[in-house]
Amino acid sequence: MTPARAPSAPRREAAPAPETAVTTYREALREAHREALQRDPRVFLMGEDVGRYGGSFAVSLGLVEEFGEERIRDTPLSESAFTGAGIGAAIRGMRPIVEIMTVNFSLLALDQILNNAATLLHMSGGQLAVPLVIRMTTGGGRQLAAQHSHSLEGWYAHIPGLRVLAPATLEDARGMLWPALQDPDPVLIFEHGSLYGLKGSLPDPLPEVDIATAAVRRPGSDVTLVAYGGGLGKTLEAAELLAADGIEAEVIDLRVLRPLDDATLLGSLARTHRAVVVDEAWRSGSLAGEISARLAEKGFWDLDAPVERVCGAEVPLPYAAHLEQAALPQPETIAAAARRAVRGDGTGEDQGDGSGDG
Amino acid sequence: MTALAHDRETLLAQGAPALLRQMIRVRRFEEKCVELYSATKIRGFLHLCIGEEAVAVGVISSLGPGDAVVSTYREHGHALARGVPMNAVMAEMFGKATGCSRGRGGSMHLFDADLRFYGGNAIVGGGMPPSVGMALADRMNDRDDVTACIFGEGAMAEGEFHESANLAALWHLPVLFVCENNRYAMGTALAREHAETDLTVRAASYGMVAWAVDGMDVLAVREAAERAIALVRGGGGPCFLELRTYRFRAHSMYDPDRYRDKAEIERWRQSDPIPRLTGELLAQGVVSDDEVATWEGEIAQEIEAAIASAEAAPLEPVSDLTRFVTSERQTP
Repeated sequence: MTPARAPSAPRREAAPAPETAVTTYREALREAHREALQRDPRVFLMGEDVGRYGGSFAVSLGLVEEFGEERIRDTPLSESAFTGAGIGAAIRGMRPIVEIMTVNFSLLALDQILNNAATLLHMSGGQLAVPLVIRMTTGGGRQLAAQHSHSLEGWYAHIPGLRVLAPATLEDARGMLWPALQDPDPVLIFEHGSLYGLKGSLPDPLPEVDIATAAVRRPGSDVTLVAYGGGLGKTLEAAELLAADGIEAEVIDLRVLRPLDDATLLGSLARTHRAVVVDEAWRSGSLAGEISARLAEKGFWDLDAPVERVCGAEVPLPYAAHLEQAALPQPETIAAAARRAVRGDGTGEDQGDGSGDG
Repeated sequence: MTALAHDRETLLAQGAPALLRQMIRVRRFEEKCVELYSATKIRGFLHLCIGEEAVAVGVISSLGPGDAVVSTYREHGHALARGVPMNAVMAEMFGKATGCSRGRGGSMHLFDADLRFYGGNAIVGGGMPPSVGMALADRMNDRDDVTACIFGEGAMAEGEFHESANLAALWHLPVLFVCENNRYAMGTALAREHAETDLTVRAASYGMVAWAVDGMDVLAVREAAERAIALVRGGGGPCFLELRTYRFRAHSMYDPDRYRDKAEIERWRQSDPIPRLTGELLAQGVVSDDEVATWEGEIAQEIEAAIASAEAAPLEPVSDLTRFVTSERQTP
């Protein structure tokens, strides 16, 4: 049949299928779940309020109606038990997705994540792989105070045996889940709470998404800004502020917090010779510290200025909006750090976090 | 009541000699481990189940080949009873490449995925949530396998017990909770760690069938385990067995055993499961002294061969240090 002669063809030509569809980060995640549940009968989702409630951040809204209570499984408030159950089910051949409401709550499951999920393969001499995906919300900025707002993904990025992802874009929200489920080992996905409502469009067809590399989100020649997750948007804003000053910043989205993609980071540094690392987590012992160390260890001769870090202030995140915002990296503070790096007029700002020892 | 494959009388006549032989095998193996520890061939922590063999042998002999065993750090007996080859267990303790965990686990982390022996968890209570998950996967796939989750009474003070018991009962999962109650959480006596010392009451409060058995009597253990496994396999949801036992030796090789009365240990030695069953079988004429002596000889040989094999085995090359941190191949 010639499409042009089909009855509906002229109308289609008049209004061609859009190459992009407007969606949100939340909906992109939901579509990723739907695709995984349709493609692989071993996949199921479990966690607190993922079913009838629709997910505490509405990621799984409607999935229980579509896939049933066996595969969209509401759990009791037992983070350790349902995370560990995900581990057991994965060992036994399933491909579970465990949703933990926030990273702060994941500490109740830390024993299972560290001592079992990340460890069993090695401790058993290669016998027990754990193909489990654990998703959780992270980050601040929503006035949820100190037990719902921290950025502890760096702790998980410390642990050998885990792969740690931080989707910051709609494409990654849509595309990271499937490759994560194909990984034979545990994968943690950190969704910054400020991103769920992020609007945008996805290309059609969807591009292949990897879970191994960092991405250059904005090319530039003067300074490398390294960010991830909820920090990416602010960092891109900072790059615009810098552009107004005539400074062209290259913005790297880490995407994968473990294992780190050193090649992309060092490649950018070789072009710009200056780097600022943006991390909402506390600076002491942070992922930003790890990245700075790698840049210094492997990129020392490329550096024309000390590596700058813009991190969260070292306080439990407070409730009041002005205090919370003051504790978090902002486009202005990121831009200021970049200017210091570019103009070489300082050796880093004292963040007053009490973490230095003089 | 579910019909049993073995009641005590048939067990005495048929299965008991094999159970006795297996208990002796576990006992002699661990006695040798003490010597090897003193000789510094085995290092790290070494937790012995001497005195508790009836639990390992009675429960695990009741399981089928498709069933799973999730155990603790006091698991030499569980591993041997499950059929993990003694050579592989010994080599693991020697830290050798031929060990059942390729020298990466040691005494506390024995694994054999083919036998569904998931060893070897040294975080008290840590094996419980994965047990629930294995049972969940079995139920979701309509398999009738049972996951036996073995733990000590100390684990019942952990949140993971309560979370896992609740989840298994809520979802009606085929988990057999096996509480190997040796009365001491390391050095802390039962009554000093639990407000309610009748552990079956606490398990039953989650809505599962729970009962306590003399864990020094392998036939009683076996009978109870068969009954419980039949219930679980038959779709009755999880079941809880408390096996009241005692470890004759200290918690580990590091433990000076200051917290127990010598008279108490002596009293429990009177119900040592091995002489108890040996005496019963000899009296009934089911086995003879000669047979028992023959077993002892065979077992001694098996142990010597395991030691020789472990001594001769290669070490894992240091170049393989970071192997098995991530998978080398896709999991199907």
